[in-house]
Amino acid sequence: MTSFRVRRPGARIDFEKPLSFSFDGQPYSGFAGDTLASALLANGVRMLARSFKYGRPRGIVGSGPEEPNALMQIETGAHTIPNLKATQVELYDGLTARRTTGYPTLEFDLKSIGGVFARFMPAGFYYKTFQNQKLWPKFEHIIRQAAGYGSAPAEPDPETYDHSHRHAQVLVVGGGASGLLAALAAGRAGLKVVLLDEQKECGGWLLSSPYSIIGGKAADAWLKIVIGELQSMPNVEVLTRTSAFALHDMNLVLAVEQLQDHLPLAERAVNRPRQRLHRIRAESVVLATGAIERPLVFGNNDVPGIMTASALTTYLNRYGVAVGKRVLLHTSNDHVYQGACDLIRAGCEVVLADARARVNPAWEKRARAAGVDLRLGYGISFARGGREVNGAQLVKLDAGQNVVTGTGPSIDCDALGSSGGLSPTVHLYCHDGGRPHWDEEKLAFVVPATGRAKSRIYCVGAVTGEFGLQQALEQTQRTIGDLLASLGKPTDTTSAVDVRTDEPQTVPPRRIFRIPDGKREGHGKKAFVDFQNDVSAADIHLAVRENYRSIEHIKRYTALGFGTDQGKLSNVNGFAIAADARGVSIPEVGTTTYRPAYSPVTFGTLAGLHADETFEPRRYSAMHACHVARGAEFEPVGQWLRPWYFPLPGEDMHAAVRRECLAARRGVGIMDASTLGKIDLRGKDVREFLGRVYANDWAKLAPGKCRYGLMLDENGMVMDDGVTACITDDHFVMTTTTGGAARVLSWLEKWHQTEWPDLDVYMTSVTDHWATAAIVGPKSREVLAKVCAGIDLSSSAFKFMDWREGTVAGIPARVFRISFSGELAFEVNVDANYGHYVWEALMDAGGEFGITPYGTETMHVLRAEKGFIIVGQDTDGSMTPLDLDMAWAVSMKKPFSFIGKRSFARSDTAGPNRKQLVGLLTEDPEIVLAEGAQIIERADTAPPVPMLGHVTSSYYSPELKRSIALAVVRDGINRRSEEGRKAGRNVLYAHAGGKAHKVRLVSPVFVDPKGERQNV
Amino acid sequence: MFVFFCPHCGENREEEEFGYGGEAFIPRPSAPETLDDDAWGDYLFMRKNPKGWHWEMWSHNTGCRKFFVVKRNTATNAIAGSWTLSDGRKAYDAEGGAT
Repeated sequence: MTSFRVRRPGARIDFEKPLSFSFDGQPYSGFAGDTLASALLANGVRMLARSFKYGRPRGIVGSGPEEPNALMQIETGAHTIPNLKATQVELYDGLTARRTTGYPTLEFDLKSIGGVFARFMPAGFYYKTFQNQKLWPKFEHIIRQAAGYGSAPAEPDPETYDHSHRHAQVLVVGGGASGLLAALAAGRAGLKVVLLDEQKECGGWLLSSPYSIIGGKAADAWLKIVIGELQSMPNVEVLTRTSAFALHDMNLVLAVEQLQDHLPLAERAVNRPRQRLHRIRAESVVLATGAIERPLVFGNNDVPGIMTASALTTYLNRYGVAVGKRVLLHTSNDHVYQGACDLIRAGCEVVLADARARVNPAWEKRARAAGVDLRLGYGISFARGGREVNGAQLVKLDAGQNVVTGTGPSIDCDALGSSGGLSPTVHLYCHDGGRPHWDEEKLAFVVPATGRAKSRIYCVGAVTGEFGLQQALEQTQRTIGDLLASLGKPTDTTSAVDVRTDEPQTVPPRRIFRIPDGKREGHGKKAFVDFQNDVSAADIHLAVRENYRSIEHIKRYTALGFGTDQGKLSNVNGFAIAADARGVSIPEVGTTTYRPAYSPVTFGTLAGLHADETFEPRRYSAMHACHVARGAEFEPVGQWLRPWYFPLPGEDMHAAVRRECLAARRGVGIMDASTLGKIDLRGKDVREFLGRVYANDWAKLAPGKCRYGLMLDENGMVMDDGVTACITDDHFVMTTTTGGAARVLSWLEKWHQTEWPDLDVYMTSVTDHWATAAIVGPKSREVLAKVCAGIDLSSSAFKFMDWREGTVAGIPARVFRISFSGELAFEVNVDANYGHYVWEALMDAGGEFGITPYGTETMHVLRAEKGFIIVGQDTDGSMTPLDLDMAWAVSMKKPFSFIGKRSFARSDTAGPNRKQLVGLLTEDPEIVLAEGAQIIERADTAPPVPMLGHVTSSYYSPELKRSIALAVVRDGINRRSEEGRKAGRNVLYAHAGGKAHKVRLVSPVFVDPKGERQNV
Repeated sequence: MFVFFCPHCGENREEEEFGYGGEAFIPRPSAPETLDDDAWGDYLFMRKNPKGWHWEMWSHNTGCRKFFVVKRNTATNAIAGSWTLSDGRKAYDAEGGAT
């Protein structure tokens, strides 16, 4: 055992179970029950970090989530985790930890040289220095190297994460004395209770104060009884190592449970998640989140060995570590007195400097009796020491004003603890909009003891400002009584828990945050408010002098309260110092905003199982296996995975697409079109409904016929397109774009339900019910003829835009004679269960004709050659049918004013100079323009350069043996007209990749402009 | 994350089952062609966007696919209730159509 270890009864350390670990490559030992922080302190490690701006030596300050300095890189390789607080890392055998600061080494930090940096790095340093933005690129690398914290893992995370959804009648957050009592009362009333505590065992502050007496029992024993009873209740669930980090609307609490972080890597079960995210929906939430002690602000208060008084007490009583032999405590309140007495009993010498001239007589008596050297009315002017504290200079304080009235003794010490009072952990209460209020007597931002009854959020214990144990427990009993009463559950007074304690009644603290040193702020030793961001009291004064007023601005200017600790120690001190600097009250300054997460949560936990292939469900067509067997390359389209192209051995994409295109144009190709959205519409008013939601006319579409439709929004802009077939007079099947299926169905439902509920229409999504193969090309009829029965395929009997019912390969099928390529084409729709079979039957039938499967890339080339748009690629929500030169798809004669019609007449929609769809041909036929290339007037790109439009689709056309493109260009239709050509307005430039290419505006229909091929 | 009561399904469900449907009770003009550009523009674009109580539509996308009305406070996210479209209209009118 090291000389810093003390055996304390009640300590949570198992001295029979030694553990070995390493820090920065050095081997150390600790015991089961240690945190990394307590084990390092027990080994005498004091300095374990360098500060952010100045490179000053830093040590452990806290004992929990408030720790600002001791950020560790835990483990290496794929298991490495950056920036964990040593105070929250449970020690296990073989643990490997490294510092995350100190450049190039912890012993020698570049930033600390002679305080050179210190002098030049005031608040707002970066804003001021890099106002000249040209400097930043030169210095960014060096600054980031010197200022960084831990490193993100470079390898994929080998561990898994899980999500759990829970419902509770009462959720208690925090398993300290108040939380336990609350859970006990709710549990005894038979309610379904979930209790969360972020530590490995419940108890909260009682674990640091095991000698407190509750109801005649030592805290230790009291905990055992209460936790035992909770665990015996089937309606109560206690989750430890579970940190509630967010409270959202309607009492949704998010909490992360650490399942395996405390185990050696080799002992972690591979089939068990590392962490689990609990999403808990609670009828009532009880916040028993407690309070965190804040330090006092004095000169050199960042020297290693200086911590909060409560952390010193915790290390002593809970972990059996006496951080020093000669301890100097400094306080403005009662909370350190018990700890001072405990230190004496553990064999330490204790000097206690209380800023108050008159203190609680009960505590004074106990402290003096124990042997504490009490110095009343003194403050610490500054601490001494470099890498370890070795003493402090006291000053005499005025009893009223926070000013120095005289000098004090110099005290030698090897550990220093300070307490500026308790700051309630109000974070969760504030996450969904609540605000804490300032209690001037308790010197704390507290939440109301009544909570928020309307939201069923109740607050108990120290978070409400009840800092005395007995008062906290009494307030808890009252509040839970109210909660139970509101549910009609009378509290059984006979089973009430005796909560009397032996603590003296607390007296008010002194209102002091920054201990004066007799000098003007900024002229004495640096006094730190925020350790993690190196924000000193002088920095806050400077910000106020530079006219920052809002605390939110002061925060951002100085960096107060940022970082992994989120100001848990620093915020209230910062607010108070800002208030004093401004000469206003603390409530006038207020607080910054408390946002989730309360403490850092790893991305893996947030993602849970929604990662990799389960990130979003992938959809496959019924023919997918056919494509895999033929070696297709795939691309995601929305949730679907579609064949992109089908390379033969040795082919690249370009060669494959060229072969596929020519097959479809000259022979026969086949494509899987199953992913298009399909909506089945039934009812006697479907025809009328279609007329209202589409720009086209549907009045005369007979059964057996199909029509291409443009769907507009009410602003007249194209939002979707597709072919709709009339099955019978009261039955139609609509197709939508692949990505738009869900949106279109919701859109149609909205209009039907909100505006036209009188129309007899029923809609069903049938996308997955059908599998669709498009047979495309001059030989498609011959292929289909071999396997199709019951349909006269002749050109006269089965015309373009007809559909027929028959069988294909013996399977009932709907065959549509429609074309997205401009060629003779048939789309065969069968029950999806037969999709695979029918695809293979068509491949067999097409074998003698050289049938060629093709994917989305060839589909795009074929459709672009014909000037067919893709909604969402060639349109962007600002294109009307007229902008697309598709007036033929709009019926202005329909009696009902269809969606979007009125907007055609709006001044902007009807106005000149709109962006319109055109074809583009580059001067050099080999150049394929980049999609997104800007269309400009001249090759000269000296600014300003008016932007006339952009390229929306661009391909190499094997049929034309040259590049083609579609683009939207201002006044494009006029520019490409006869008159435009004569005036030379049709020649423009497409600019991309730093080059301007000369282009000619033409009709977007490049192949078969008369549309003869699809009609053969 | 809200919990909505779907008046059609008769159950409380998590927000992820629902889609936002915009401000409620903006009737489509029965004769759009008779409106001038300003009046049509108001229908198209102008929304109340209040800080406070707001009558809005939600649709139960992954449930019954029905649209319904929710009265929600945009400042506090409190929800006063949810109704079918027709019942919601009555409740809205009973308040005088106020925001």
